[in-house]
Amino acid sequence: MSEAQSTYNYTVVRQFTVMAVIWGIVGMLVGVIIAAQLVWPDLNIGFLHFGRLRPLHTNAVIFAFGGCALMGTSYYVVQRTCHTRLFCDKLAAFTFWGWQLVIVLAAVTLPLGLTQGKEYAELEWPIDILIAAVWVAYAVVFFGTIAKRRVTHIYVANWFYGGFILAVALLHIVNSAAIPVSWTKSYSAYAGVQDAMVQWWYGHNAVGFFLTAGFLGMMYYFVPKQADRPVYSYRLSVVHFWALIFTYMWAGPHHLHYTALPDWTQSLGMIFSLILLAPSWGGMINGIMTLSGAWHKLRDDPILKFLITSLSFYGMSTFEGPMMSIKTVNALSHYTDWTIGHVHSGALGWVGMVSIGSIYYLLPRLFGKQQMFSVRLITVHFWVSTIGIVLYIASMWIAGVMQGLMWRQVNADGTLAYSFVESVKVSYPFWGIRLMGGTLFLSGMLIMAYNMFKTMAGGRTEDAPVLLPAGQHA
Amino acid sequence: MSDFVNEFWNWYIVLIVLVSIVACGIFLWVQSTGAKGGAPATDTTGHVWDESLQEYNHPLPRWWMWLFYATVVFALVYVVLYPALGRFPGVYGWTTAGEHQKEVERVDAQVKPLFDKYAGMDIVKVSADKSAMEMGGRLYQTYCVQCHGATAQGSRDRGFPNLTDKDWQWGGAPEQVVETITNGRMGVMPPYGGNPDAVGGETGARELANYVRSLSGLSHNAELAAKGKVRFDTVCFACHGADGKGMQALGAPNLTDKTWLYGSSEAKIVETITQGRTNQMPAWKEFLGDNKIHLLAAYVLNLSGGPEKK
Repeated sequence: MSEAQSTYNYTVVRQFTVMAVIWGIVGMLVGVIIAAQLVWPDLNIGFLHFGRLRPLHTNAVIFAFGGCALMGTSYYVVQRTCHTRLFCDKLAAFTFWGWQLVIVLAAVTLPLGLTQGKEYAELEWPIDILIAAVWVAYAVVFFGTIAKRRVTHIYVANWFYGGFILAVALLHIVNSAAIPVSWTKSYSAYAGVQDAMVQWWYGHNAVGFFLTAGFLGMMYYFVPKQADRPVYSYRLSVVHFWALIFTYMWAGPHHLHYTALPDWTQSLGMIFSLILLAPSWGGMINGIMTLSGAWHKLRDDPILKFLITSLSFYGMSTFEGPMMSIKTVNALSHYTDWTIGHVHSGALGWVGMVSIGSIYYLLPRLFGKQQMFSVRLITVHFWVSTIGIVLYIASMWIAGVMQGLMWRQVNADGTLAYSFVESVKVSYPFWGIRLMGGTLFLSGMLIMAYNMFKTMAGGRTEDAPVLLPAGQHA
Repeated sequence: MSDFVNEFWNWYIVLIVLVSIVACGIFLWVQSTGAKGGAPATDTTGHVWDESLQEYNHPLPRWWMWLFYATVVFALVYVVLYPALGRFPGVYGWTTAGEHQKEVERVDAQVKPLFDKYAGMDIVKVSADKSAMEMGGRLYQTYCVQCHGATAQGSRDRGFPNLTDKDWQWGGAPEQVVETITNGRMGVMPPYGGNPDAVGGETGARELANYVRSLSGLSHNAELAAKGKVRFDTVCFACHGADGKGMQALGAPNLTDKTWLYGSSEAKIVETITQGRTNQMPAWKEFLGDNKIHLLAAYVLNLSGGPEKK
């Protein structure tokens, strides 16, 4: 084995991990700004208004923060559980720099108003092509590493990462199909309600595969590692993996209830969303039950606190989601802040916290330290972000249900009891609380960045040696 | 219109849906019964990754398994009762459009007596009726507020008319207001009044702007206004009239009053002349029906203190 092949490629993991924290701060800062713009509309200045910044916020947190966290951890996990160095260092480096270029291009074009107008798929066609190229390279590196693994069995985390990589490639390429008219303008290849259906097939599976399957892969490595306990049930992981990736693909139409989409299609979106409840919960059970017999570790391990709390939020939002997909519930919740609350209990609670916990696990190992610069600050970060999330989602639930009820309230003469602007007016206090919640969560990320740079200072950036698979020690 | 171009796709959907739902149940059944012969739950599967990663093989939690089965059964029942299997409408024959229609009919029947009470009454009388005006106000706050504003004063310089003043773009007699709401209005000011040569480009537009400002009693450059008058008398008079007082039948605004839908500054007027304006009041006939329009017309007249005196 050559010198380079005898170590793990930590360089690309390090790059993605550090950038996940940086982009997390940027994306969440934009989130705080747009939350403030809702409270103080005068903050909508020039082209930096809500309409331009909102897609920047969603793209930055999902694809910049979430994407870097997923790519960094998946590269770490796949090498270590395959007991081999990452396949093709150059291609791995291309995925890092290519992804950063995508993010920078997004940050420039979205405020300029260059958009395809598809939610979570706003970026214009030249950037879409770059994303496709980076993603295919990512798949080659990931599956190339799986192919040269030195253990027979593929660890469960890699199934989820693998499913996420394949599905996102499919979703992105199909949904972004467009006919360009110039470098900065294109039209979707689909029309009318078909376009809406393709978009939400993509949109919901961006949640299902990017924000669920990918992060479940993360969970399946870092939870048992940090708890130092075996995964609860192999059988459960098999059942919930296949059931999850199969049923998620059907759930998209629940975003289009009571629209021009045919009734039968809407029904399918709803029933498969309900079937999705148990497969989603399988991951939560497997993660949380992994801790059985070691619950005491939760008391003083803040990293474990992050990971287990993330699973609680995951369980909560994957229960809420199927409920909201029921047509009659959706009739109340759709278009209200309830949806925003639901998304953020998933985004801040699940995706945010599982990434934060995993990154705290990774940083000392990537920079040759025993532990983070300050474990106390991790605890502080945990409480600050937990309180932030609770403020955020509770205020959005209340505001959302209130808006839904106000919009459907009618007078005896059949007219609406409240004009739209009246529902806006009573939402203000809750938007204020949401802003506070978001600011707290952002503050937590700043604490994390401080802790990260202090940990990195004077750290060694050597690649760890590749371990022999168990049973091959001799 | 059918959702399917031919029978094949209908059956394709029916088949793939049923197979998929049933497959979830069978998969769960096979996986939960096949596990018995495996390693006891207290032992790991024997695989070790990355030094310490191992897996127990606990059986599927019972409550979780039954939850999964319950959702599969629910799905099978649902697709029989409600539309889901392609063209098959479901036992209940339920549709979203049907549900909406039913609700509209129920509410219409419920509120009909309330509106019928005023339908035969003269609009001027309705506009003096307190409870009618409360109903009208609620209609206004639902349907009109988006453009004309919560206080009905329109939007300064953006083309949405003020409904509280005495100025009527298309006439303020009750039947004219009813007509405006029922069938809508389309107001068009063509760029350069439709004749760029006669208007004389940007320069001519500035002269015209000064002239019409003089008509409205606003400060202006008299020299430019004089030149503007010549141009006005060859082009603009066709719609706005020789005296500049407009023509309600065309919706051509009166230029001698203080109302300026798109702003009265020289720059704004030049913009109006050079680029033209297009304005639309949507037609509400189909959406609101005659009885609600009757009330709304009365309410709007009430806002400005009664019908226009001829």
